[in-house]
This record gives sequence, structure tokens and C-alpha cells, in this order.
Amino acid sequence: MSTTVDVLYLARLREAFGTAGEALALPAATGVTVADVLALLRARGGAWAAELAEGRAIRIAVNQTMVAHDAPVRAGDEFAVLPPVTGG
Amino acid sequence: MTVRVQTADFDVGREIAALRAGDARVGAVASFVGTVRDVNDAAAVTTLTLEHYPGMTEKALEAIVAEARQRFDILDALVVHRVGELKPTDQIVLVVVTGAHRDTAFDACRFLMDYLKTKAPFWKKEDTPDGARWVDARASDDEAAARW
Repeated sequence: MSTTVDVLYLARLREAFGTAGEALALPAATGVTVADVLALLRARGGAWAAELAEGRAIRIAVNQTMVAHDAPVRAGDEFAVLPPVTGG
Repeated sequence: MTVRVQTADFDVGREIAALRAGDARVGAVASFVGTVRDVNDAAAVTTLTLEHYPGMTEKALEAIVAEARQRFDILDALVVHRVGELKPTDQIVLVVVTGAHRDTAFDACRFLMDYLKTKAPFWKKEDTPDGARWVDARASDDEAAARW
């Protein structure tokens, strides 16, 4: 059974991190939230800590729906990290 | 109701004709076309590259159109948004709304653009003489969306 989430980095964040995405191992089998995943990424330091710092305007979509930081994350989910949108 | 994300250009006249074709209930058609300017934040723009999040962007646009249909008494709506490399004067986005009367058509068209600008996952990158840069979100766009 999968214990990872498919993390995607869009637009400016893809360039800042030098990757479009990765399979990320979840820190626990159950009870993981968006905030937990962000903390895991932030702990890498460097661009990760800077771009994902508290207060930065970053939105998270789980399975292509915008969610709050207390939303649950489960193995197999698509977890996208989005900069503020600028279309139109 | 239709939303499309595409690299190809669009023909405004043809899109409007298709949306209202044969519907005699339509008494008003409001449309908006967004185009690429050659300057932004005091820098010359030579190329504008639009990126989206395939799958989610289409879903977000459909949700925005559904919201417009709920809020306004309109007959139909169309959103076409281009992605990829665009040049100054190119068309970026088209919103068309049909209704029985102009007030709701105008309002729904403006609502769709205000929501699209702040809620649909698209990102702009500009090539300027000083190099490429990602466009920053504007507070004025949030304010425009908040009045609805």
C-alpha cells in the first residue's frame, strides 16, 4: 500500500525548488494534516523554508480542491503547492 | 455552460454566435476580452507565458461559472483562457454571458472576471529586457473579487 503523497510545485515554486514534484513519504500512517506536510518540507531549510515560511501567500490544493491547513492528507493524495494566482 | 483552456487563439465573434445560437430568450450578450499589454510595472514585456494546473484549473473555472449561474439570472456563460507563450496584443481570456436583460449579463460577466483573476489557478511569467519574472498577485484584484 502506498504511504506517499504526490506533491506538485506549480509556477514560481517549481523554479524555486528546481522540481515539478515528488513522491513524499508521509510522517505517519494516519492523522496527517496539510500543516504537517508543510512542516516536513520547511524542515529542509533553504528555498523550502523561505518559500513556505508562515505568512507567505501559499495555497494548498489536495486532490485539486483548495483546502485549509488543518485538512487531512492521506496516502495517494495529490498535494499541490500553489503561488498566488495571476491569470485573466 | 462551457469552459476551455487552450493554447490556440479564439475568434470572439464565432464564440458569441455559438453561445447564443438559436436561443430566442437571449436579449443581452455581455463579453470581456483580456489582452497582453507591452508594459507592466514600468517594464517592457516582450513575451507573456501563461501556466495552469491541468485538471484543477478547468474544475475551478467550472465552479466559478456555476457560482455565477446561481447568483445571476443568466441563460448561459462561456470562459476561454489561453495558456502558453503569448505576445503583446494577443488575446488571453474571453468571458461571454447571455441573459434576457443587460443588467444581469453585465454583472455576471464582471463577477466571472473578478473571480477568475483571484480563484482560478493560472500564473503569468513575463520576459522583460531585465530578464524573466513571475507576475505578483495584486491586492486590487482581491478587492475587486471581495465586492461580490
